[in-house]
Amino acid sequence: MEIIIGILLVFMIIGSIISLETKDLLSAIIAIVPVGYFCGIIFLLLGAPDIAITQMVVEVLSLIILIRATIRRDLTTIEEERDFFGLVTTFAFIFVFFIFSMEALKHLPSFGTPSFTLNNNAPSNRYLLNGLKETGAANIVSAIILDYRGYDTLGEATILFTAILGALAILRIYARKRSKNE
Amino acid sequence: MIYYLCFVIFLIGLYGVCCKKNIVKIILGLWIMEYSVNLFLILLGYRKNGIAPILREGDNIVEFAQKAVDPLPQAMVLTSIVIGLGVLALMVTVAIRLYQRYGTFDITEMRKLKG
Amino acid sequence: MNEEKGMSLIVKTVTRWLKGFIFLFGAYIVIYGHLSPGGGFPGGVVFAATFILITLAFGREYALRKMGKILASELDSLGAILFLLIALLGIYYGGTFFLNFIEKRYPTVNFKLFSAGTIPLCQISIGIKVGASLFMVFIILAVIRVVFENGKGKLITTEKKDKK
Repeated sequence: MEIIIGILLVFMIIGSIISLETKDLLSAIIAIVPVGYFCGIIFLLLGAPDIAITQMVVEVLSLIILIRATIRRDLTTIEEERDFFGLVTTFAFIFVFFIFSMEALKHLPSFGTPSFTLNNNAPSNRYLLNGLKETGAANIVSAIILDYRGYDTLGEATILFTAILGALAILRIYARKRSKNE
Repeated sequence: MIYYLCFVIFLIGLYGVCCKKNIVKIILGLWIMEYSVNLFLILLGYRKNGIAPILREGDNIVEFAQKAVDPLPQAMVLTSIVIGLGVLALMVTVAIRLYQRYGTFDITEMRKLKG
Repeated sequence: MNEEKGMSLIVKTVTRWLKGFIFLFGAYIVIYGHLSPGGGFPGGVVFAATFILITLAFGREYALRKMGKILASELDSLGAILFLLIALLGIYYGGTFFLNFIEKRYPTVNFKLFSAGTIPLCQISIGIKVGASLFMVFIILAVIRVVFENGKGKLITTEKKDKK
């Protein structure tokens, strides 16, 4: 199981590098789609079917939104002159970040034994044991997002509302003001 | 080991945000970082040979609690993915506005910041 | 149905047959959210995908006749208000915000469609909200075009308004 997930992660790394380095914008957008699909397959292998459904559907819609924004433009390729100093600084920073993360990720519980198995008072144990009795829902994830942690879901609905509202406000057409004066 | 690979994806997205001149590549870098963060949260909750946290009829609940994966990170990531889509739509509208104002997608030519 | 808008005849025919099934699939994911994987959020995205498919295959005007911009914006707000209303009713009946008051007062048999109290109702309202808002964003992105005149860019809308 670990080997399969590792192979899929290597494919994701290759796909994301291709997407960022290619010169044509259309190829870059198309190369990001298999990264999302492999991510969805990994979610399915990790025992999260809710998340896998959501990831696949959101992947399709994100492709449509990205293509809608960029293909009707005249320029699809841009000449990239490398800013040498910025590149060296970024690579140095990424290298230092990676070295520190190797030390920090050692302190996480190893892959396969999550922290709620090591501790009997963790909330996940209570949700799994009493979920059906207290809420009546067989899908424990739905019971969590709408009954035990329902306030968080209210916050997330507000964020979605605000993001869409912001997108609509930015694309407002100012021609209405001009036509009122004429 | 798997956590390192997931972190490498995050660093690739970070490179895309910092070093690229085309604004669409910056948006793609942010989207890659979003994938890696959601994946990392689900990786934290995996139990070896675990089953999905969905009950079926006639299941023994105590046995189910011994075998299921962690449902709490899944609940948090579920909404995070859909919110990421909303934020992507917002970023794309900002890119369209910048194109209308400056005529190009190249960020080194966008100097005047008044709208 | 005029032939120059939208896509070719094959795509239009297939869409005409499939749009009902895709909508039904989205409704199934939303309503059975408490029994099988899914819930309000992926179901809402599938709702939006149905209308986006109609827009891409038949052209903008046909899709806007089916669900206009004002209707999408009203449905979005309606979903959010319904969700908040169900949460506030929890205070009225039980004293806690977001209490599952239907399950506490009228407990039902598990593993059936009509079980788990307020959870299916909340899923439906979230599904409506997410679907309507994502479709609204797509329509706005689809009718906007950038044209350049005299060296300055301008955003125009390519909708035809009926002169009454």
